[in-house]
Amino acid sequence: MRGFFLLLIGIFFGVVLIKSEAASWFRIYEMFMFKSFHMFGIIGSAVGIGIIAVQLIKRLKLKSFYGAEITIDNKEKGLTRYLVGGSLFGLGWALAGACPGPMFALFGAGFWQILIVLVSATFGTYLYGVLKDKLPH
Amino acid sequence: MNEIMKMIMEPWPWYISGPSIALVMFLLLMMGKRFGMSSNLRTLCTICGAGKRTSFFQYDWKAQKWNLVVVLGVVIGAFIATNFLSDDLTVSINPDVTQELISLGFEDASEAYLPAKFYSLAALGNVATWVILIIAGILVGFGTRYAGGCTSGHAISGLSALQLPSLIAVIGFFIGGLLMVHFIFPILF
Repeated sequence: MRGFFLLLIGIFFGVVLIKSEAASWFRIYEMFMFKSFHMFGIIGSAVGIGIIAVQLIKRLKLKSFYGAEITIDNKEKGLTRYLVGGSLFGLGWALAGACPGPMFALFGAGFWQILIVLVSATFGTYLYGVLKDKLPH
Repeated sequence: MNEIMKMIMEPWPWYISGPSIALVMFLLLMMGKRFGMSSNLRTLCTICGAGKRTSFFQYDWKAQKWNLVVVLGVVIGAFIATNFLSDDLTVSINPDVTQELISLGFEDASEAYLPAKFYSLAALGNVATWVILIIAGILVGFGTRYAGGCTSGHAISGLSALQLPSLIAVIGFFIGGLLMVHFIFPILF
């Protein structure tokens, strides 16, 4: 049953990614040109409501649907890894026009060429794993 | 009813899309899980046997199976949205940007969902397309793990939980994206 709900949440997210056009290369380009409010509206309203949702969970000590405590861990402190890793990610995001979620969505939408990007992204993650101990974090 | 169906078939405005993404994050938290798509790339590495040689991939990937289920849903949802919930997949962007893209050789700007210059069978006849897509993919996959998350994990989940590291990562996303679009694109195209 849990698996089924997770699948449904994923299906809804996949629909949203395509219908919102957040998986469109053109929208990402337009965002980085600061020529449209669309993407900023999506991310901004998601974060705005997300902040309220997280605060509600924390302050009301909401339990999960299965009665377990919801813990939201703090991200590890640091600067280099977030700034350098983030910038490398941004370079790829703007070039491919897709971040990981949309990559999977575009595959489902039938844009088969995205598989090249998806396989390369998996390889990129592998490269990070190999080089991890040699990188500044 | 027809009105609602008509609205669903059209592109969704930001004020529907953004709150919907927040809902996805909230539901995943309430399921006792986390909203983060790029972790699946690491899981895929582990499934492919990357753990044999690299400790970073030595973990019980079965504990992450739930996230692969979410991603399977994303693939199915995108299929449904494309084939049954859209009259037309054209993405209309800003007219100035459209003109600019056309002059850069992206002739289907505002006439397609993805540019045929990268994402078409014909484009794959060109070695440059392969190089661009492979480099872009590697940058995303490497960068996201180095930074510890992508748009879902940092921009949405992290910022929603008021995490400073996520803010730094998102600033990084924009540094990279702006560099690409404003400085590297003029060299490439």
